[in-house]
Amino acid sequence: MAFGFIKTVFTAFPKGFYTTLKHLFKKPVTFQYPRVRIEMTPRYRGKHYLEVYDDGTERCVCCGLCAAACPADAIYMEPAETEKGERHAKIYEINLLRCIFCGFCEEACPEEAIFLGHEYEFSDDNRDSFIYTKEQMLANRPKEKPFKRIIRKVRRIF
Amino acid sequence: MEITGIFKYLYELLQSTGLPQVLVDIIALASAAVMIFGVLAVIALFLVWWERKVSAHIQQRFGPMRTGWHGWRQTIADAVKLLQKEDITPSTVDRPVFFWAPVIAFVAAFMVYVTIPFGDGLIVSDLNIGILFIIAITTFTIISLLMAGWGSNNKYALLGGMRSAAQVVSYEVPMVVSVLAVIVFAGSLSMVDIVQSQAKIYKWYFFRLPFGPIAFFTYIIAATAETNRTPFDLPEAEQELVAGFNVEYSGMKFAMFFLAEFVNMFTVSAIGATLFFGGWQGPLLPSWVWFLVKTFALVFVLMWFRWTYPRLRVDQLMEFSWKFLLPVSFANLILAGWMKYSGWFNW
Repeated sequence: MAFGFIKTVFTAFPKGFYTTLKHLFKKPVTFQYPRVRIEMTPRYRGKHYLEVYDDGTERCVCCGLCAAACPADAIYMEPAETEKGERHAKIYEINLLRCIFCGFCEEACPEEAIFLGHEYEFSDDNRDSFIYTKEQMLANRPKEKPFKRIIRKVRRIF
Repeated sequence: MEITGIFKYLYELLQSTGLPQVLVDIIALASAAVMIFGVLAVIALFLVWWERKVSAHIQQRFGPMRTGWHGWRQTIADAVKLLQKEDITPSTVDRPVFFWAPVIAFVAAFMVYVTIPFGDGLIVSDLNIGILFIIAITTFTIISLLMAGWGSNNKYALLGGMRSAAQVVSYEVPMVVSVLAVIVFAGSLSMVDIVQSQAKIYKWYFFRLPFGPIAFFTYIIAATAETNRTPFDLPEAEQELVAGFNVEYSGMKFAMFFLAEFVNMFTVSAIGATLFFGGWQGPLLPSWVWFLVKTFALVFVLMWFRWTYPRLRVDQLMEFSWKFLLPVSFANLILAGWMKYSGWFNW
């Protein structure tokens, strides 16, 4: 025991002490969550939003491809026509409790209307409030430059 | 800022009231006890917070952050919470044993401070057998752990108590022997004499090569085992024994064990600072500041030790004590005696 142990005492033990001391002065890797939030990656799939044209009309034409692509069957929609005869969604609802945030809807959408945003805090205490309506989705549009649309364009090229 | 002067003044003030001398002494000692208790309670609370912060930063976390600046009020809140909790006594426990175990742990933890010099003259009683008294009192802890283990009527608690008994008995021996090396050199058992024999930094027993460092390291390792801290925390090994001897304890009684544990940690560091690092000796700053600085540095070493190494197995623990630590400290004792009486290195 003795000599091997003494060797360990003078080599491995100080090494262990040095390692922990080194970590003592490193910056902690944790975030003080409600006060400090990490920035999501551009492709992060959070709460949905509906995109509009520059003049403010909705991009969604209620084609139903997103609902067809949805593996969780979370999307419900009813179409309608405007006075100009343009098709749009009268009702567009996503059940956030069913949604698995796979992002198939944004991939299926031919009009670049629906995207999954960066928001991830949407807990509530009753089931009804998880039915996510069209108005809420339009209001949820991010103010800054839509990364997702750029990514989408690049992906369509290739 | 000299604290001893204030104490002397208060003592003379008490004498001038015309009370009989016995009563004066009793009041003086009682107030000293209360004062030490208060100071140590604050220190223990601080140590809990500090331990959490050190462990957190070693693991690159933050630790408590919400209550006050870097969470400094956290342990105060925890202590208040523990005092408010219901004092549960399980129905199958051995009641008197269950009740007295935390009391003994608590009292033993604080009784040591009778002979620990906090500063120049800041000592309750300068016993001429000071260090012997300290060693005798610290051994009380093991009785309380055994009582808690036995009285709880719980297999995990009993296992924890038995383990701690075996461990503390084993590590008591190398600890005492390594302390003996210092006593041989100092030629006295009194804590004040030991401190005064280290008046200059090169006279600190830690720097008396070659025996000093060896004695210090054997002492600090054995002391870690004494206080049941990782890597020697088998009595309360969370993963295997739930919490060891204190499984059945809650509220106030648990708080007493917890407080005693952290006071013990401070005690072994204080003894280490006194024996090896010159106690309250130091330039410029008041003596009690030097004492606290040295002691907290040693406390930090204990914490650092805890968060660096994983727990030992029981057989490794025993083997380490009896086959390595004890022979080394004995050889060191003989070396120290030889150094003392040959006059070599005897500066």
